Amino acid sequence: MEQKFRILLAKPGLDGHDRGVKVIAAALRDAGFEVIYTGLRQTPEQIVNAAVEEDVDAIGVSILSGAHMTLFPAIKELMDEKGLKDVLLFGGGIIADVDAKKLADMGCGRIFGPGTPTPDVVKYLKEALPGKREKEQIF
Amino acid sequence: MTVLDRFFEKDRAALSRIISFIENREDGYLRLLSRLYPNCGKGYKIGITGPPGAGKSTLVDKLASYYLEEGHSVGIIAVDPTSPFTGGALLGDRIRMQELSGKGEVFIRSMATRGSGGGLAAATREVSMVMDAFGCDIVIIETVGVGQVELDIAEVCNTTVVVLVPESGDGVQTLKAGLMEIANIFAVNKADRQGSGRLVSEIRHMLDTRQKRDDWNLPVVKTEAVNNVGIEGLKGKIDLHREFLLSQKSAEERLMERARYELNMITRNRIIDTVVPELLDEQTVNYYARIISEGEVDPYSVAEELVSGIDIKKKVKV
Repeated sequence: MEQKFRILLAKPGLDGHDRGVKVIAAALRDAGFEVIYTGLRQTPEQIVNAAVEEDVDAIGVSILSGAHMTLFPAIKELMDEKGLKDVLLFGGGIIADVDAKKLADMGCGRIFGPGTPTPDVVKYLKEALPGKREKEQIF
Repeated sequence: MTVLDRFFEKDRAALSRIISFIENREDGYLRLLSRLYPNCGKGYKIGITGPPGAGKSTLVDKLASYYLEEGHSVGIIAVDPTSPFTGGALLGDRIRMQELSGKGEVFIRSMATRGSGGGLAAATREVSMVMDAFGCDIVIIETVGVGQVELDIAEVCNTTVVVLVPESGDGVQTLKAGLMEIANIFAVNKADRQGSGRLVSEIRHMLDTRQKRDDWNLPVVKTEAVNNVGIEGLKGKIDLHREFLLSQKSAEERLMERARYELNMITRNRIIDTVVPELLDEQTVNYYARIISEGEVDPYSVAEELVSGIDIKKKVKV
């Protein structure tokens, strides 16, 4: 069977604008990904816990509230703590280029801004994900 | 240290990895299952099924809370459909299960059906086994929103709850075969809506008029999952059904029954996975398809001929 990539999409914090994340969820679903959408107002702990349970290949975070410089690093830190070092963290929202650059330096993946054509996101994930997860000795 | 070593040390990430390994049918997954098998059999499996939008996820969320309060370790498998056109899936059941993680030992896993019919994914049963081996003594399985004939859940679970809503249909729907027959318990959810009393009495009427299979008095419970109303009563009925099952058969009989079922199913699946592709390789299929389509032979004779070629002389004698 062809490898299925699993993507967790999440909206952290108090921001209730979920049109964008739903568009991305539909686009990724239609591109053959298994998308786990966790809904609104998630804490970084909830997001990373869900990522552990779902064994995802990537976490996509949508933030339109301006709190991205707090939330992304918090999520990244928890990911490292929980052993999700080989899981891709990417995102989208109203995020200035300078901030996206800083986030990239912290180990985040691409940040997609308003007006991004959905095939760009699909293409990015299809290139970034194969071979990204470490193969572990199962038993 | 292997993932399995960490699994036995109760590492949740290891449980998650092993579920994926089984779900993806990676090389060696059968050997892994036989390693886990001796640790299985303690978990009680509860199935929640019903039409889309009936409130199954919310019900699971609330039901699981009661089990967590009693100190159980709860595994939840939430199945949503894979698109037959793109192979993708949107798994959204977790949205209704936000508050659970703070309440105790709970592990929620979403699964896509990946082409399997029957309301479950092909690996759902095995994933429930993995959770059982991990130490989840309650495993709740939520099917995709089902129609009338998706009945696999009853095979996998000990107790099956069919969730209906007042909008589910009229009295004739309750008389139809299929979904209505697999229930051990009915939950009429969204019971605050108009028509719930009528649905309850229609289900009761259906139950009164049909042939009973055993001595279990099938309960009909009203619930409002969103408002956490009636859930404790539902849990009470589930626990009662569990006691009923225990009273029906001795432990030896139950183990024998489980062994018979598992052996049958595992062997059948192995035949489908190994013998069938050998027998029906592309070349063979194309060859016979051509002569069947040209009217030279019929498919029944060809199937007979192909099957007669299987050598069962090596069958293990017991």
